[in-house]
Amino acid sequence: MIRHTWTAVRLFVLMAILAGFIYPAIVLGISQLTMAYQANGSLVHYHGRVVGAKMIGQSFTSPKFFHGRPSAADYNAAASTASNLGPSNPALVKEVKASLALVLKQNPGLRASQVPMDLVTSSDSGLDPNISPQAAYLQVPRVARANGLPVSVVRALVTRNIHGRFLGLYGEPRLNVLELNLALVSLVKSNGS
Amino acid sequence: MSFTTAVTWLVGLGVLFVAVKPVGGYLARVFTAQPTVLDRVWGRPERWLFRVSGVDPNYDMSAWEFAAALVVTNVVLLAAVYVLLRLQVSLPFNPQHFPDVRSSIALNTAVSFATNTNWQAYAGEHTLSNFSQFAALGFAQFIAPASGVAAGVAFVRALSGRKLGNFFVDLTRACTRILLPLAVLVTLVLVWQGVPETLAGYAHAHLITGGRQIIPRGPIASFDAIAHLGQNGGGFTHANSANPLENPTAVSNLLYAIVMGLLPVGLFGFFGIMTGRMRTAWTLTAVAGVLFLGMLVLYYVPEAAGNPVINSLGLHGTANWIGQELRFGTGGSALFTTSSMAFSTGSVATAQDSLLPLASLGSFFGMFVNMVFGGKGVGLLNMMMFVILTVFLIGLMVGRTPEFLGKKIETREVSLALLAFLVHPFLILGGTALAVYLPAARHGVTNAGAHGLSEILYAFTSAAANNGSAFAGLHAALPFYTAAISMVMLIGRYVPLVAMLLLGESLLRKRTVPETVGTLRTDGVLFGGVLLTSVIIVNALAFFPVIALGPLAEHYLLMAHHLFS
Repeated sequence: MIRHTWTAVRLFVLMAILAGFIYPAIVLGISQLTMAYQANGSLVHYHGRVVGAKMIGQSFTSPKFFHGRPSAADYNAAASTASNLGPSNPALVKEVKASLALVLKQNPGLRASQVPMDLVTSSDSGLDPNISPQAAYLQVPRVARANGLPVSVVRALVTRNIHGRFLGLYGEPRLNVLELNLALVSLVKSNGS
Repeated sequence: MSFTTAVTWLVGLGVLFVAVKPVGGYLARVFTAQPTVLDRVWGRPERWLFRVSGVDPNYDMSAWEFAAALVVTNVVLLAAVYVLLRLQVSLPFNPQHFPDVRSSIALNTAVSFATNTNWQAYAGEHTLSNFSQFAALGFAQFIAPASGVAAGVAFVRALSGRKLGNFFVDLTRACTRILLPLAVLVTLVLVWQGVPETLAGYAHAHLITGGRQIIPRGPIASFDAIAHLGQNGGGFTHANSANPLENPTAVSNLLYAIVMGLLPVGLFGFFGIMTGRMRTAWTLTAVAGVLFLGMLVLYYVPEAAGNPVINSLGLHGTANWIGQELRFGTGGSALFTTSSMAFSTGSVATAQDSLLPLASLGSFFGMFVNMVFGGKGVGLLNMMMFVILTVFLIGLMVGRTPEFLGKKIETREVSLALLAFLVHPFLILGGTALAVYLPAARHGVTNAGAHGLSEILYAFTSAAANNGSAFAGLHAALPFYTAAISMVMLIGRYVPLVAMLLLGESLLRKRTVPETVGTLRTDGVLFGGVLLTSVIIVNALAFFPVIALGPLAEHYLLMAHHLFS
């Protein structure tokens, strides 16, 4: 028994070095050498500054921008969390109603039946970077008016930014809100000049 | 059902089905020391590892010795993780300067990672340094599942008439021949899909709206690769595999769902090849496969139909998006969750607490039975336990001595199988009852009424099944829960493991009875059907009452638009 314990300790130390240090060192090296962009967090640059990460959603509240989903984490990427409200919790229903009321207020003329579920519900991570195409299209009139752009131009921008499916067939259709808004900013600039 | 859902399910299930035999064959070569492709890489270092640590690869252990070696190694692991977490400040790679982890959380985490549960009472992104993540939790994520594999392998050896083998050899080979090489491959695919792998600190973004955002980074891909390969299931961040940093695309989501299942299904093939009973192995695979499909559908249908109270607001579409990530879709989330609950991983891509009650029932079921392929090694052991109980029940019904693989199943075997089985409902129901009774624990729930009971029940089920997922609304960092959950994880892990090892040895010592026309066949549709029925009945007897008070009560009241405030 004591012999086995001593063996266990020695084997453990060796395996810990192998699995805890050598393994991460190898994959870290390969990743940094061959896929540095992804390995460093897919940071998005704009005019030489880091303005976010491609994977991570952000909070947009101005009428000039497209808005993402509500977030239980308030898009604080260092504190990812869900609301964890159960399906039978009145707080959940209240929250969805409030989100819906806000969307209807910000986008006059819209009916509840045009609002997709994803735009009024919070995600599991609180950092969901995506919205559905329907959620983007319904914001087009507001965004166009706030930026002084023709509706057709903004609509075309949304269509261009719908994510292509992986290998052309795999994945749910969606838009990345940060990328969409960056494209919008560029569009506003080029139109203004 | 969308096209993407169909592709996700077909590819996921297809790959796992095809993997049963080849992965099983590879495992058989690894664990009978036959030549494999990796010998050129590992042959020499492995001999060196054995020599330095004093392992004699030719020494065969008895069941007690094997169990003791397993437990001792796990205790060393537990102690090492605890110490490293407590010393976090003094250790390198702590770019965010996180303080030492406090003792109750460090102990809970050490138990959790040593028992392959990976229950998390902390939020990784504002608690743990990179060192704690890749080193302390990193090696635990290899050694804990490798211990489970070793136990499963030893049991199968006993069934096939071989000696149990040497725990240290099996542990090492499970790491070097299976987990490490696969983890390297999976990490690289994850990085390609966008999972960070860096030692740089958190990035600071200056947003175009004028605000700022901190982007957590770290060696996330290497952490998540082994988290899923080893059915560990802990997350680098609080949101686990729902966090876009850990699971950025529908492709990474599908990869995770497959990777979790690769070795559990392979172990079923391994059983068939080692015992020469491939037909029995396929029967057991079919039984687990039917249950897997049942769980998948049970998740998908209610989630696609949505919450009746929310749907009465008259929005576009019906599917439940609360606590769900858009990029996976309902079908992708369904496959991930079902895999995680069937294979006992416990990582989550959706908020379990916000699932509709019937959908959460699938998760409960997976953890109750814990043999829908199940965790590494342990899932196969649980399946064998149910097989032995079923054979015994059939024996009672037809009035003949029960046999399995030519060995008589007698008092000792049935007692050990029953012990392994009963520990599980005892821990789950006892723990839940105690928590409901104690006001301090009862107040740890976020949601009221039937759903609150489900939160508590889920915590104890997850701990006993060494799953690790949670209805995360529960305040798991409360002293009662860190202590009670730690106890449940330990007992739930080691008691059934030791009982099954003893059972295996007991079968090995018996004389083989020649098969006759009168022998009960343990393959084919009839046996599979009886096995499936017994699994369902035995578990329903144990768990139906509490399920009726929790998820079922909530479901029916929700259908009537009744909420709990």
